[in-house]
Amino acid sequence: MPFNFPLAPPSASTFAGPYDTLFYTLCAFTLLFTLLIFVGVIVFAVRYRQGSKADRSRPVYEDLRLELTLLGIPTILGLIFFYFGAAQYIHMRTPPKDSQDIFVIGKQWMWHAQHSNGVRENNTLHVPIGRNVRLTMISQDVIHAFYIPAFRTQMMVVPGRYTTMWFNATKEGEYHLFCNMYCGTQHSEMGGKVVAMAPEAYTAWLANGGDNSPQLTMAQRGERLYNGRLACNNCHGVADNPRGPSLVGLFGKRRTFSNAVAQVADDEYIRESILRPYNKLVAGYGQEMPAYESELIDGKLTEENILELIAYIKSMNASTAAGTNVAPGGNNLNLQPLSIRAGAAGPAVNALAAEKEYSEATPTGHGKNLGVNAYAAENNR
Amino acid sequence: MSAIGIPAPVEEHPHDTRTNYLNVAHTLKSWLTTGDHKRIAILYLISISTFFFLGASFAGMIRLELMSPAGVILESETYNKVFTAHGVVMVFLFLVPGIPAIMGNFILPIMIGARDLAFPRLNLLSWYLYMIGGGFIVASFVGGGIDTGWTFYTPYSSMYSNGQVGLALIGIFIAGFSSITTGINFIVTVHKMRAPGMTWFRLPLFVWSMYATSVVIVLGTPVVAITLLLVLLERVFHLPFFSPELGGDPVLFQHMFWFYSHPAVYIMVLPAFGIISELISNFSRKRIFGYHFVAFSSLAIAGLGFLVWGHHMFVSSQSMYEGLVFSLLSFLVAVPSAIKIFNWTLTLYKGNIRLQSPMLYALGFLGLFTIGGLTGLFLASAGTDVHLTATYFVVAHFHYVMVGGSLLAFLGGLHYWWPKMTGRMFADGPAKVSALLVFIGFNVTFFPQFIVGWLGMPRRYHYYYFAPEYQVYNVMSTLGATVLALGLIMPLFYLTHSLFSGARAAANPWGAHGLEWETTSPPPTTNFYETPIVQDEVYDFDPVAEYEQQRATSEIFDPGHPHRRIDKEGESKPGIAGADHSSSRAADGQKEDR
Repeated sequence: MPFNFPLAPPSASTFAGPYDTLFYTLCAFTLLFTLLIFVGVIVFAVRYRQGSKADRSRPVYEDLRLELTLLGIPTILGLIFFYFGAAQYIHMRTPPKDSQDIFVIGKQWMWHAQHSNGVRENNTLHVPIGRNVRLTMISQDVIHAFYIPAFRTQMMVVPGRYTTMWFNATKEGEYHLFCNMYCGTQHSEMGGKVVAMAPEAYTAWLANGGDNSPQLTMAQRGERLYNGRLACNNCHGVADNPRGPSLVGLFGKRRTFSNAVAQVADDEYIRESILRPYNKLVAGYGQEMPAYESELIDGKLTEENILELIAYIKSMNASTAAGTNVAPGGNNLNLQPLSIRAGAAGPAVNALAAEKEYSEATPTGHGKNLGVNAYAAENNR
Repeated sequence: MSAIGIPAPVEEHPHDTRTNYLNVAHTLKSWLTTGDHKRIAILYLISISTFFFLGASFAGMIRLELMSPAGVILESETYNKVFTAHGVVMVFLFLVPGIPAIMGNFILPIMIGARDLAFPRLNLLSWYLYMIGGGFIVASFVGGGIDTGWTFYTPYSSMYSNGQVGLALIGIFIAGFSSITTGINFIVTVHKMRAPGMTWFRLPLFVWSMYATSVVIVLGTPVVAITLLLVLLERVFHLPFFSPELGGDPVLFQHMFWFYSHPAVYIMVLPAFGIISELISNFSRKRIFGYHFVAFSSLAIAGLGFLVWGHHMFVSSQSMYEGLVFSLLSFLVAVPSAIKIFNWTLTLYKGNIRLQSPMLYALGFLGLFTIGGLTGLFLASAGTDVHLTATYFVVAHFHYVMVGGSLLAFLGGLHYWWPKMTGRMFADGPAKVSALLVFIGFNVTFFPQFIVGWLGMPRRYHYYYFAPEYQVYNVMSTLGATVLALGLIMPLFYLTHSLFSGARAAANPWGAHGLEWETTSPPPTTNFYETPIVQDEVYDFDPVAEYEQQRATSEIFDPGHPHRRIDKEGESKPGIAGADHSSSRAADGQKEDR
């Protein structure tokens, strides 16, 4: 992996601007005084080194006015910095009255969040940008801390009492979410991401029951990958196009390859074509598709994802037969509500299923490697 | 010191300078039952150094593990035990006792012209308590380890952690009493045992800082002892103090813990200030600038230090108003430290500076402690602390103060007083190389941690595969730690080597000022042959006259002390100020320059 040298965390909340101003001012002040001392020490150490011819006459050992000046300057500067730091602190600790509530529970070693309409998620927090969001938090066991560096804020999550923090996200994106109070063996893995979304997208996400909604079928998950992150639909659309063949009706169909060999498209074939597309290139198409084998090795794509994609490709046959339109759409459809899902399950079912997922997702001391994989899977959902 | 005199018969001469505290007896029993503060200091030196290298090896494991975002060799559980062990050993067995129990024990009574500490047997007891406490702590590591972090936050430590937390708590509890006994001993000694003429404002600044430290130790340590005892009671008997499951309050623990542990930072760094004051003044050969301000700033730090503990808890659910008060007081406690830095720097002005190894450590301290202190302002400011608290920024800040501050001062002091403690000179060349390696290695290790903390990397994280952008800084940190380790191992060799083949040290090899340089190296068991009478002011150098003297005699190195007179038997008569500085200096120069 090539090294990069990030020098500042992303800035994605209304706190970040004033915070960074104060931080960099303190940096400049630190640099100034450090240089002052460094230069003083080095210049004196060289100039007045033993045996140098520098003038040492009339040395001074006490100087009340100088001492008081040296006492006064740091005191006054300190009070000024105190004022701005205090103002920032008061601002961060006082949630606005119009804040939207989200509730967070910390436990060894996961975060559980619940939105006001009952949507739940683990180790991920979806928030709308441009709105004040207040988190009311409590721990089920030991002390944790909910920390979002990109928002420049954190708060301890304590058992036996509620703590609150608030923020107003400003930029869409995914940001680190950390537990920042040591809480036991898997402390470093008690984290995930905060997903800041446009308000409409957030509302839609909420209405759909969230990413991890358990009523998503495999095919629906596959559809999200197909039209979303992997953007297969760029080339494999409703109809064949010069870049790639349509996959509608692919499953079970006999394909003829550029080397004149033919084969019926089954699960194994689809998997191979995702990972190593040029092994069996359909006649008439060039080598344009990226081979996804490297993503599988990197952990960016999981076997689970491939199964979901296959399920979706299979479902294109069924839907074509039934005449409903779930054919691959355009770009960036991943945030649009899925028509199939809306209203498919009532809120009671939804909540029950979410509860089940929550308890299932509770880690039970799995080892290091499992933890790594679980994180990767979480990222790829 | 009998270089020019005719050796007198050993049996009859009361001033036999060949018997010193080291060779007065050789049995193990004579060491383990000694009441001599100097011998106890040596016992402490051996045991504390051993614990230091133990703690450092844990640090090495941490740095190795963080080279890669998904770890290198350790499981998470082991990693957590390793960083806990590093913190517990370094804080409770090295930083807190380090300078007071070694340098304080050895030098403080000699500095004020006393024969010993006020309570010699209490002093020996403190070493045994330290060893028993250290034994419990090591037993907790061997018996399964502890994974709570050195802060022992509840309810994790009291209800959830599975390790040998109990043993470690008992160990720290006992080691705490070792600190308390040392503190009481120092306070009483400074009050009651100063030599005639040693007024409060003639005290070397090391004594002032040890005095301030002792006050903090005596007032603060009982609180942490009680707190850890309560954790133990909750852990063993489920008495409800801190766990909400039982009806306790977890944040109460943080208040009680930091009420000691913030002042404890000053226990660790105030003695360092004392050493630096000695080094800067003596190697600049000039009285310290603003003696009274430096002395009283130690007391101010000791006082204000008790009122700032809440700045560790800005995001812990303490009330916002509490946070604001603690923030304000934290800014104020920075002022006396700033005063010290300014005064040390101004002392260099128009000095006659000798860049020998102890001074190099002291100058390194000035730079690193300045950075450590100033980055503390980011954490004192409540608003900026919210983002930075518990990240690597705090780790870096803490190490700049504790390693860049306390450890560098410790090493500077060790080199400075080594000839006095052992009677042998070490090789200054390797020592300078070591000082340079420590300075460079330290900065490469810990400066990147400021940046990675600012980026948001939490401390105590084993893995960071989900944030690979942190890796470059961690790799830099580990490379720096390798250089730092090299710089710290070097003294082990050249100092040990000096014990066997170093040149014999003169009474005052640095040409320094202070009663400890008036007696032989190493000193006799009673420290002085006659009770010294102090007539001259502290750090009473005359850089102008000395410079002129050097010009006149073309000497490059002036080893003599300007104020000591040597009588006809060749023994030093301490602390008697000569009216004519230049003539006595010339005589000293000849006699000691061998």
